Parts: sequence; C-alpha cells; structure tokens
Amino acid sequence: MITVAKKYKSVKPDEVKVWFKAASVNDFPKDGGACVKYKDLQIAVFNFARLNTWYATQNLSPEKEEMVLSRGMIGDHKGVPIVACPLHKKLFSLVDGTNLNGDLDPIATYPVKIEQEIVYIGFAD
Amino acid sequence: MKKIIVVGNGMVGYKFCEKFVQQATDDTFKLTVFGEEPRPAYDRVHLSEYFENQDAKALEMAPAEWYVENGIHLVTNERVVDIHRDSKTITTSKDRTFTYDYLILATGSSPFVPPIKGVEKKGVFVYRTIEDLEGMLAYAADLKKTKPNAKAAVLGGGLLGLEAGKAVLDMDLEPHIVEFAPKLMPRQLDSRSSKVLQLKLESIGLNIHLSKATNQILGDDAIVGMEFGEDDVLDVDMLIVSAGIRPRDELAKTCDLEVGVRGGIVVNNKMQTSDENIYAIGEVALLNQMIYGLVAPGYDMADIAVKQVLGDATAEMPEEIDMSTKLKLIGVDVASFGEPFMPASKGHSIIYEDKTKFLYKRINVSLDRKTLLGGILVGDAADYNMLHQMYMNSMAIPEEPAQLILPTSDGAAAFGDVMDLPEDAQVCSCESVTKGQICGAIESGEAKDLADVVSCTKAGTGCGGCKPMVKDITEATLKSLGIEVKDTICEHFDYNRQDLYKIIQVKGYQTFNEVLDNHGNGGHGCELCKPVVASLMASIHADTANKEYAIQDSNDRFLANIQRNGTYSVVPRVPGGEITPDKLIALGEIAKKYDLYTKVTGGVRIDLFGATLNQLPLIWKDLIAHGFESGHAYGKSLRTVKTCVGSTWCRYGMDESVSFGIELENRYRGIRAPHKIKGGVSGCIRECAEARGKDFGLIAVEGGWNLYVGGNGGATPRHAELFAEQIDNETVIKYLDRYLMLYMRTAKPLQRTAAWQERLEGGLEYLKEVIIEDKLGIAKDLEEEMQTLVNKFECEWTQAVNDPEMMKRFNHFVNSKEEDDNIVFVPMRDQKMPEPWK
Repeated sequence: MITVAKKYKSVKPDEVKVWFKAASVNDFPKDGGACVKYKDLQIAVFNFARLNTWYATQNLSPEKEEMVLSRGMIGDHKGVPIVACPLHKKLFSLVDGTNLNGDLDPIATYPVKIEQEIVYIGFAD
Repeated sequence: MKKIIVVGNGMVGYKFCEKFVQQATDDTFKLTVFGEEPRPAYDRVHLSEYFENQDAKALEMAPAEWYVENGIHLVTNERVVDIHRDSKTITTSKDRTFTYDYLILATGSSPFVPPIKGVEKKGVFVYRTIEDLEGMLAYAADLKKTKPNAKAAVLGGGLLGLEAGKAVLDMDLEPHIVEFAPKLMPRQLDSRSSKVLQLKLESIGLNIHLSKATNQILGDDAIVGMEFGEDDVLDVDMLIVSAGIRPRDELAKTCDLEVGVRGGIVVNNKMQTSDENIYAIGEVALLNQMIYGLVAPGYDMADIAVKQVLGDATAEMPEEIDMSTKLKLIGVDVASFGEPFMPASKGHSIIYEDKTKFLYKRINVSLDRKTLLGGILVGDAADYNMLHQMYMNSMAIPEEPAQLILPTSDGAAAFGDVMDLPEDAQVCSCESVTKGQICGAIESGEAKDLADVVSCTKAGTGCGGCKPMVKDITEATLKSLGIEVKDTICEHFDYNRQDLYKIIQVKGYQTFNEVLDNHGNGGHGCELCKPVVASLMASIHADTANKEYAIQDSNDRFLANIQRNGTYSVVPRVPGGEITPDKLIALGEIAKKYDLYTKVTGGVRIDLFGATLNQLPLIWKDLIAHGFESGHAYGKSLRTVKTCVGSTWCRYGMDESVSFGIELENRYRGIRAPHKIKGGVSGCIRECAEARGKDFGLIAVEGGWNLYVGGNGGATPRHAELFAEQIDNETVIKYLDRYLMLYMRTAKPLQRTAAWQERLEGGLEYLKEVIIEDKLGIAKDLEEEMQTLVNKFECEWTQAVNDPEMMKRFNHFVNSKEEDDNIVFVPMRDQKMPEPWK
C-alpha cells in the first residue's frame, strides 16, 4: 500500500509518449470530475467548463491514500483552479498539484487533450 | 563570532530566539538553545487545550525546522547543570561543555509542591508539562476502567489551579478544588468577585472547598483521599497539585549569582544578573523584588535582553510593569487590570454585580473621577480590551463612569469607538503591537483582511485576548478606506447566505452559474459557495440533489455518506423509528446480499456500511422495491424524528408520540436547510425520546404538547428551549413550519438552530413575537413556502434509479465497469471494516 502513491508521477506536456483515449467528453460532468482507469492507475479527470479547460490528476488523495479525488468539488481559490478532497476538504491545485491548505505531498498532474469530443490523457509510459 | 547560549526552551526562551532572529542584522552571533523537555517550546498558557485534542503539535511555538532555518542550534532533552563563570562555560546533563560570550537564563519555574505527608503517592500529579498531562491522562483512563465515577481534586484555587480544574473536567472525572485561602484566586480577585466566580463554577459542577489546609494524603500505595482535619476527609482518586510556582534558580546557586531571599535570580532593569554577561528572563528573573508570572512581561524581558546583547545599551524594562490579564477559566471570563484592589484613599470604586447571571464588574476611578485606575471583570470580560486601553492610555472617561460597566438597554457601548484610541495604544501586549501598526499595515496595502493583519503584525498570536479588538480595529480601518467588510460566504460572493437567499428567490435563478455570473466576483466558485447555493436552490425550489450534482457537497452528490476508505453507507428512512418485521427482514437480506456492515445509528435507524459507488444504485433498487425511501442521512436536511412509544403502548403515555413523530418526519423529509435538523417526540415528561436534545422537540403534557426549539447534541450540547405550551397538533405544525422556514431563510451556512437562535437579536422572545404573534407579518409567507416544499417532495433515490443518465455517475470509472481496486476490508466481530489508516 505504501507504494501506491509512488506509482503517480506528474507528466509534463513535452514528456507525453502515449495519448490514452479515455472517454467521450459527455461522460464527464460540467465543472466536475470523474475517474479514468489506465493500466493499474486511477486518474481523476476534471472538466472545468467555466474555464473551458480540462485537468487530470491522480485519483489518490495523498492524505489517507484513498481513491476519491475525482469525486471532489472543483473551483478556484484566489484564481488558482482547485479540487477539494471529499474526505477532509484538503485543497489541491489542478495546475501543479500543490496542497494549498496544508503540507501534504503534491498530487501528480497529467496533460489532457480533446479531439473530436474525445478526452485523451497524456502518459510518459 | 560570539556565542549566545539560551538555557531553557519555554515560551520566553523561544521568544528570545524569535526576537533575536528579527533584530540581528548580521552573523556576529551564534545562538544555541538548551531545553530539558523532549520537544521544542510550546504554549503553556493554553496547555489545557491538550486535553481536548491531545495534539502537542498544535501547541508548538514553532516547529523544530524553524530553529534550523534560522541558524539556531536547538538541543532538546538535555539540561544545563552547571555554569563556570570564570571560564565562561556551561556543562550539560550529558556531560558536555560549551563556551559562551552571553548566557541567557530562561529556566522558568517549577510547580511548588508543599511538604504534605503522602504527597509522593501514586495518583498525585503536578501540572506543568505535556509529559505531566500525558501521565494524568493515562492514570485517569486506568482509573475509569474500574471506577467510572472517579473523583479528582486540584490542590490550589489560584489561576493555575483553575486551569487544572478544567483538565479534570475534560478527563470526565468528578472535579474538586481545594484552596487554603478563604476565596478563589486570592491574588487577583476581591472577595465579592471571587464569590461570583465560585458560584458560577459550582453551577457547572465543580465542588469547591475553601479554607482547607491539607494535613496528609491518604492511601497505601495510591491516593484515596485528602485529610484536612481529624474528621474532615475528602475521598479522591487523583490529585493535581497546583499550589504556586518556584523559580528554577538552582543554576544561579551553582555559580554564586545573586538570588532573592525567596528565590529568583536578581536582575536590573536591563535584565542583567549580578554577572553582566549573564541575563535572566521570564519566571526565573527577580525584577523589582518581584517574579512576574505572566507571559506578556516575560516577552518584554526577552526583547530587552535581545536588544542589550545586540548592543542597545539604552533598552530597559519600564518602571511600572502592567500585570493586567484576561483569561477564560473553565469557560468563565476573568480579567483584572491596573490596580484591582485600590485603597479608598486613592479613588472610588464602582461595582456592578448580578449573581443570577454570575456577573461582577468593578472599576476604580481617581478621586476627581477623570481617570480609570483599574478594575475586575468576572463572567463577562468582553469590555476588557477597551477598559484596559483606557487605563493604559489615561484616556478620558465618561462623566458618569458607571456607564462603563452598567448594561445598556440598546447594547451600545459607552466607550465610543476603537478608532478613538491613540496611535501608540498597545493593543497586543504579548507581541507589543500598537493600534498604529495595525492601521499602518492596512493603509500601506500590506494587509487586506484580518488574517493578513495577524500574519504581518503578529497581533493576537500570543494569549489571543486582544483578538476581538484587533478585529474591530481592522474592520474600522478597512471601512475608513472605503473597503466594505461583510460576513460573506467565501471569496466568490460579496454576500452572506441570507442575501443570496433573497437574490435567488427574487430573481428566480435555477443554476449555480446564473447566480455566479450575475452576482459573483468573477471567479469560478469553490467548495464553500457551491454547497451553499445548492442548499438554497433546494430550500427555495425544492430541487433534489440530482438536478445539479456537480455543485453538491461530496455526500449529496452520491446521495450517500462517504466513509473512511471511500466507500459509502446507506440509511433508508424509518419514520419515527417504526418498522414492520418484514421491512426489518428486508434490510437484513439486502445487507447480506451486498455484504454490508450493519449498525443501528445514533438516530435509531439502520445504517448499512461498505457499499462501493457501483453498488449504491443496486442496493437502492432493492430497498425501493421493499418500500423504502432515502433517509437523507447524507444531507443538511431533516434526519430523524425520534419517538418514544407513547400512549399507544406505554402505561404512562399522555399522547401518541409515534403517530405524531411519523407525521412530522414525513412532513419535513427532504427539505434542505443550513445544517442538519433532528426532531424528537416524547409521550410524557419522562422524555424517553430525548426530544429536548433536538432542533425541535415535543413533550406531551396535560392539554397538549409543549414545544421546545434549538437543541442539539454534538460538540456543544444544548437543551432546546421551551417555545410554546399545551398546544394541539395543528398549532405545533404551524409554529414548526414558520420556525424552520425562518431558520432556512436567515441562518449562516452550517449553523445549527441552537447557534442561530442564540445569535438572533432579541433572542427567544423576539422569535416568539415573530412566530407566535406574527410581529413582522410574514407568518403566512413562511407557512406557504414550507407547504410548497412539502408538496413538491420527491425521493431523490427513486428519481435517480429510474433515470439511466443519472445512474451514470455511480460508476467508479467512466471507462470501465470495474470497481475501485484500492479498497481493502478486514474482519471485525463477525462483520467487516475498512483497513485501518496508516
């Protein structure tokens, strides 16, 4: 279990080797998230419709290592797009994964692209 | 490079380090700090909070990393045992030797334990360090296993003794305070105020024994009692000695520094001891023949010592040291300032006392009645900051000084405005922050709100007593700059919940985005405002949580309660707690089918735990097929109406509590409110349904129901207050409709009815005028709004399982039918539970 968090490493846009075809844009709620399975990873994907931007992060909350982030509310804090973990409302930046209201480890973030109404997530392997 | 060694890492020793870091401009000095305790300095003033949360981290002055980051060498768990002045070295308990150029003694004090026979017995503790507290907690826990109603006494009714009394209460032991003097807090309070404090403490369950000299501690191995006189014995199972402090001056004695007759290292007003390279600060220092046992003077001493060491020879302690203090002792405000006991030759005393409210206020004014010389406040010290400022700054007082302490009919203060204070008025004495500094931080743009002010001036970070005044000054300054201060729900709206209620109702908005786009601040919402708007949409339009599920709080979004491992629990509604055997069997069958952990809830319903997201709709299809509906256990909405069996079965019952409870539960089910709502109906005054612990409670009496409102359990238990007597079913519903609707319209987010009605201006009487007498003429509106919600009720689970689109959100993955593979259950008492958190 301790190694679960280690499976998630942020991927920068220029590191993408695989664009994984996740699901149709309609499978995700507007201004909310849902979880995508990729190999043995769980990725939280958020359709930030108000910003017309999509974000992807690990689904694992680093606080207690539960797979819940995709079920959290999203929004912004002083302009930074965030997701609030449903367990204890720990806030994470959707942009770089930083924990904004504590000193938890940052969550991994992944690039997302939309092509012909399909959501793709970028992985390095 | 010169070496400074600080001996002692308590609050004052830490403050020396902090002030040093702020004031030192170069690397001329190397600072080393020794602490004998295992952890870095913590806030001893708020030590009793440790009993509430047992979080030692929360009490830390600064984490160990802070010392590293600032180049300070912190050595914990190592005591300095010897000073060699001729070689300018010290030796530690680990036999290590260090040299110094300057030595700062901040060794503090130790609890004074009187030489009473038997004081070494098991179960006798002192109250000073976190380790002391841990020892007490462990002992109390052991004690309660064999003796659930064990008693504990505190020896000493002074300031620290009462703090320790709070600890006894928090440990859930029967509390006793034993004091040698004929009154509590003999050093701070006059006889009358002491009596008022005593009455108040007795009213909350403390047993107070005054004028008691303890002869011996009874018991073989462990304490079983205290003996005062021959036939005067108090049985106790534990004792906390808090009979004063003694300065830790033993180091001074090893190297012949001058000490006082009754202890304490003698210092001049530069905080220098008889050796000019050795300073003493805090509770070990004897300044003006006095030991100052308060944090604020200790911090000032630290500041003077820092300045002296850094070469500012002019820095000196003021001639008069302010010993004013404000405390909350066992939840009771106690404050004294200036000269609390004043000889009649110096001025006049004005005293206001109300024993029915446990209130005492005394002010001492000069003979010409123009200045304030001091005073005492017990029971309500809200005016302390202002009175203290008037005293400190010799400000003019009203022609009728009594106005300063007499309750005013309109609640307005007689002081005028915080902004009338002079710029150099010291608002925070712990951190020496003046009003000018607070205003300056805001005017310069450095601080934009209260949180900014606190972080950039440090005001309010010491004892915290000045916080209300810091807040007032901050708000007044912001206002003077034209910046409006409101209790807005979050950064995205300049409105509070009540404002938004009206806006949505009047404009008829249907979605979160409409509200945000038309009335927001240009942001995109957050975890605070989204659920508030969702709840308002439900309260106004009877929307279920299915309509706009992405703005719902986590539990509402999936219509279930998220648990520790990300699985959910399911609670079907069982109105009034009445259930047929067939339905009970169905619940059991369903729990078995999905392998769910089953437990009866605090609200006497049946909770099924361990359901995965994918299972939720399957479970609910089964439940609905057996006639169940959502119990809204996940919502800020009506939970249960608990009932006793009432006159249908009970030989004492005065009315049908079950029938009425079911009717009420079915009436208010599903309505969303600022917080959860619970009800109770009891069939007679024996009150088996515990109705007075609920937001609304009914008790059947001769001639009808007595209606109580505003109770709750939880962290701040409240008994509901009597609202109307001997009313019939129809009137109950009428009043409840109005009461609940008014609550839903005007409360703050996540405010229970108890807190709401307590903060309503005019209190319960006003509430009765509005609801019973319809003073505002809104009763009809309130009833109609509630009736609309009642008529529109729809079970949101039935709605969800019948709509394939809604069902989609109950999949853990959007691209797979698999379940979350991270969930691990372990067996427990024939059922299962989530694997413990690491």
